[in-house]
Amino acid sequence: MVSKTKSKKSTKVSRAVSKAVGAYQRDKNMLIQILLDLQSMFGWLSQEVLTDVSEQLEVPVTQVYQIASYYKAFSLMPRGRHIIRVCMGTACHVRGSPQLLNIISAMLNMKPSETSEDMRFTLETVNCLGCCAMGPVVVVDDVYHSKPATLALKKIFETAK
Amino acid sequence: MTINLQIDGKEVKAREGMTVLEAAKEAGIEIPTLCYLEKLKPYGACRICSVEVERKGRVRIVASCGYPVEQGLVVKTHSPRIDRIRKVLIELVAPTTIIDGEVAGEIKKLAKEYGANIHRFESRFRAKPTRCILCGQCVRYCDEVVGEHAIGFVGRGIERRTAFFPEKAKACLTCQACFNLCPTGKIPSETDFVVFDGFSVDDYLAGKL
Amino acid sequence: MANKRLSSAKELEELRKEILSKRDSSRSIVTVCTGTACQTYGSLKIYQKFADEIRKQGLEGSVAEAKSTGCHGFCEQGPVVVIFPQEICYVKVKLEDVLEIVSKTLAQGGVIERLLYEDPVTGERIAKDPDIPFYKNQMRIVFENNRHVNPRDIDDYIALGGYSALSKALLQMPLEQVLEEIKKSNLRGRGGGGFPTGIKWETTRNAPGEPKYVIVNCDEGDPGAYMDRSIMEGNPHGVLEGLIIGAYAIGSHEGFIYVRQEYPIAYENTIQAIKQAEEHGFLGKNILGSGFGFKVKVHRGAGAFVSGESTALMCAIEGKVGEPKMKYIHTAVSGIEGRPSCLNNVETWANVPLIIDKGAEWFSSIGTDRSKGTKIFSLVGKVNNTGLVEVPMGMTLRQLIYDIGGGIPQGKKFKAVQTGGPSGGVIPEQHLDTPIDFDELTKLGSMMGSGGTVVMDEDTCMVDTARYFISFCCEESCGKCIPCREGLRMLREILTDICEGKGQEGDIEAIEDIAKVMQDASLCALGTTAANPALTTLKYFRDEYQAHIKEKRCPAKACKALTSYYIDPEKCTACMICFKNCPTEAIHGDKNIVHWIEQEKCIKCNTCFEVCPPRFSAVRRISGESLPPTPTPGTKVIREKKR
Repeated sequence: MVSKTKSKKSTKVSRAVSKAVGAYQRDKNMLIQILLDLQSMFGWLSQEVLTDVSEQLEVPVTQVYQIASYYKAFSLMPRGRHIIRVCMGTACHVRGSPQLLNIISAMLNMKPSETSEDMRFTLETVNCLGCCAMGPVVVVDDVYHSKPATLALKKIFETAK
Repeated sequence: MTINLQIDGKEVKAREGMTVLEAAKEAGIEIPTLCYLEKLKPYGACRICSVEVERKGRVRIVASCGYPVEQGLVVKTHSPRIDRIRKVLIELVAPTTIIDGEVAGEIKKLAKEYGANIHRFESRFRAKPTRCILCGQCVRYCDEVVGEHAIGFVGRGIERRTAFFPEKAKACLTCQACFNLCPTGKIPSETDFVVFDGFSVDDYLAGKL
Repeated sequence: MANKRLSSAKELEELRKEILSKRDSSRSIVTVCTGTACQTYGSLKIYQKFADEIRKQGLEGSVAEAKSTGCHGFCEQGPVVVIFPQEICYVKVKLEDVLEIVSKTLAQGGVIERLLYEDPVTGERIAKDPDIPFYKNQMRIVFENNRHVNPRDIDDYIALGGYSALSKALLQMPLEQVLEEIKKSNLRGRGGGGFPTGIKWETTRNAPGEPKYVIVNCDEGDPGAYMDRSIMEGNPHGVLEGLIIGAYAIGSHEGFIYVRQEYPIAYENTIQAIKQAEEHGFLGKNILGSGFGFKVKVHRGAGAFVSGESTALMCAIEGKVGEPKMKYIHTAVSGIEGRPSCLNNVETWANVPLIIDKGAEWFSSIGTDRSKGTKIFSLVGKVNNTGLVEVPMGMTLRQLIYDIGGGIPQGKKFKAVQTGGPSGGVIPEQHLDTPIDFDELTKLGSMMGSGGTVVMDEDTCMVDTARYFISFCCEESCGKCIPCREGLRMLREILTDICEGKGQEGDIEAIEDIAKVMQDASLCALGTTAANPALTTLKYFRDEYQAHIKEKRCPAKACKALTSYYIDPEKCTACMICFKNCPTEAIHGDKNIVHWIEQEKCIKCNTCFEVCPPRFSAVRRISGESLPPTPTPGTKVIREKKR
């Protein structure tokens, strides 16, 4: 997957980047905020988006990539339609989140950070969501589930298209 | 303004704004480093230049490449504590640089000087050796001196890597400044002089690094 | 809502009177907790239903009103609904209960017994929330406002007296006096460092260079800690007011609030609060006619624990990657863009209006000699009353965990309490009577930290706990410096090996060796403190390490690789519950046929152990000894005749 030539810029990307950069008055200090908005919009950050940000914001492409590859919120690969996040905070850990992760991994035959081949699911671990009384917590498509029973999980995954 | 401090028992005169490393150098006292280069801003990544400083009765371990000289500071560039730090640091970073059972360059020199066992943590180093100790000299030189930003850091923690950016690396053909800076020799050995395929950002995105 | 910017203290007071006059104090206010956690239990719908029902039953206006607030802290009992002024507290409220609450409690003043909190010891139902032990033993000077304000409505905050401290500071106190007051109060940073706030402010104030910056650190990254989230979500104005007062004292006109990306509601509420504060003239030029101007921007984090470190956070605000910088000059002197920058934690800022309002003397009358005021803790883990609690410094750990926390669930035995997050340590039973105090906790090898307090019981493995924190820091390390990056890598490998039965002679010494170098040589506090959980667990639970290494045994029976699950054929009644719940179909059996576990398929998820009815307790966890033989498949259940 080595691209030796600059990828053809699409107007969709250019426009989106222009909008994101403009929303912060082209302030270089807001690079991380701009990338957060673009991640939210596209679900991931492609090489095209990153090089375009570098050009439009006039920051070195190394800096853009360093930030995009440093933070957990950014994905440099396309992700599944349904994002599953298992909280691995201390309280959840003590209440059995590793076992919960095990169960979900076994059910979906996936490891954390993986996206299923059919692009249905991406499994991620997150650091404390701040819902410790509900632990262990798993979030599926922004819906929080507290202490989910194995059978309930089966149902959630089966119905997620 | 002159600042008087003591390094290894020797009275040293320094100028305000100097670091302990610079003051020591001027006084003829060598402190080992891996990530320091005079032309670059001090970075503090290798911690090999760690020294003991005593101020108002309190002893601290600091990186001499970044610690500013102070009036009356007492510095020790060697001590059982300092020597142990350097020894263990080399032992920790060695596994990623071992080729055919050996280390090279600066790592080899320091390992010998501090009695480090380069194989101590080898069996538990389960990643793919990168030969990069992440000293950042290449990245920083390209950023601060050359101004091309052709090589950068990607990733975080033990996934942190240096990566070339092919589009920017056109300037590298004539520059090649980072080749000689690399303390482990990784860059010249892994970089094809024509096309930088060894560790480009595309390799990183493909999971090859 | 004011339709013009307030330009004097008088106008603020007039607005306050106007807001209060529109609020009938005899009216019942149904306060529904809609903090992030309760929201996931459906509390937003519950709030909406209350609003609808109150209107439907003709109670709106003079009799009752529904209010949605931020986190109350009583998280284990959520969704929580409190009716003021009567102080009736209903817990675990469901959507179906709303109708009854409105018609019975609001309309007729009656109390619904089954929705009251039940004391687990006495079985008594407690109606008034000040009488509930969870609340009774707290001192909620900072957090109580969370129960009375809708964070998205500035009027609520003003009605409670909000921004009167700002008015007092800007218009009645010279900035030196504000600084003195904070110094006199001996307020210490609530983010973990415990550095005297007044001194930090003074250093920033005296440092040469303009502009000066003030920063709110809401990058609360310690797993298990969510105090800052709840304050920022539930009472953003409380933090904002403190920030503006601090800016005035320091001479800063520009500030930043850095919020974790994982806290979207806190982020939204902060943006909204700033907007409303600007409209009212609490932000911007010439605040309340004082001549002092201040503006604030919000930055979101992007998922990196280390970005909460002050130099890293400041790099992120500059648009650079949020990794720590080698800095021997304090950021208060040289921070963002090399300018004096004062960074404080959310809770620290939230204490400021109180101190200005009630005075440093009042504040320093609370707490211990060297730790003044209160601290908010997130009491989580193996504890009955999980939630956010605010207590005066000096209360003991035992009081916190037992009197407020209600002790350990299911009658299990307390083992340790972990404080200070990944930089802290475990504190065992013999030290439970230690008063909560910055220095006392540090003496034990741990630290106060940001307030995360994780209770652990006999089923928690201390080696696994160390491994957990080391793994966390290993993943979160920025990777710049050798001791932290490589030290954590190796510690993680060693601890994982120990938990998997691959521990070797000399491992404990290697851990201690690496830890020492990390402490001495790391670039930032993540590196220098990351080994603490390993060191404290070694200090207090060395025997567990020995068992893992020498006997390949996990005393807590928690480490998967060292524990096997076995169904006792003499106790199994073939009820089929574990059979149905096993996620990998590793359990075989049938009605009247003894169940048995196929070891190769077992992933040690603990499900069968948890679901087997206590009266059978047929599932055993075995560690350090060989498994009894599997019963022959098809063995019939032996049912003992009951007497």
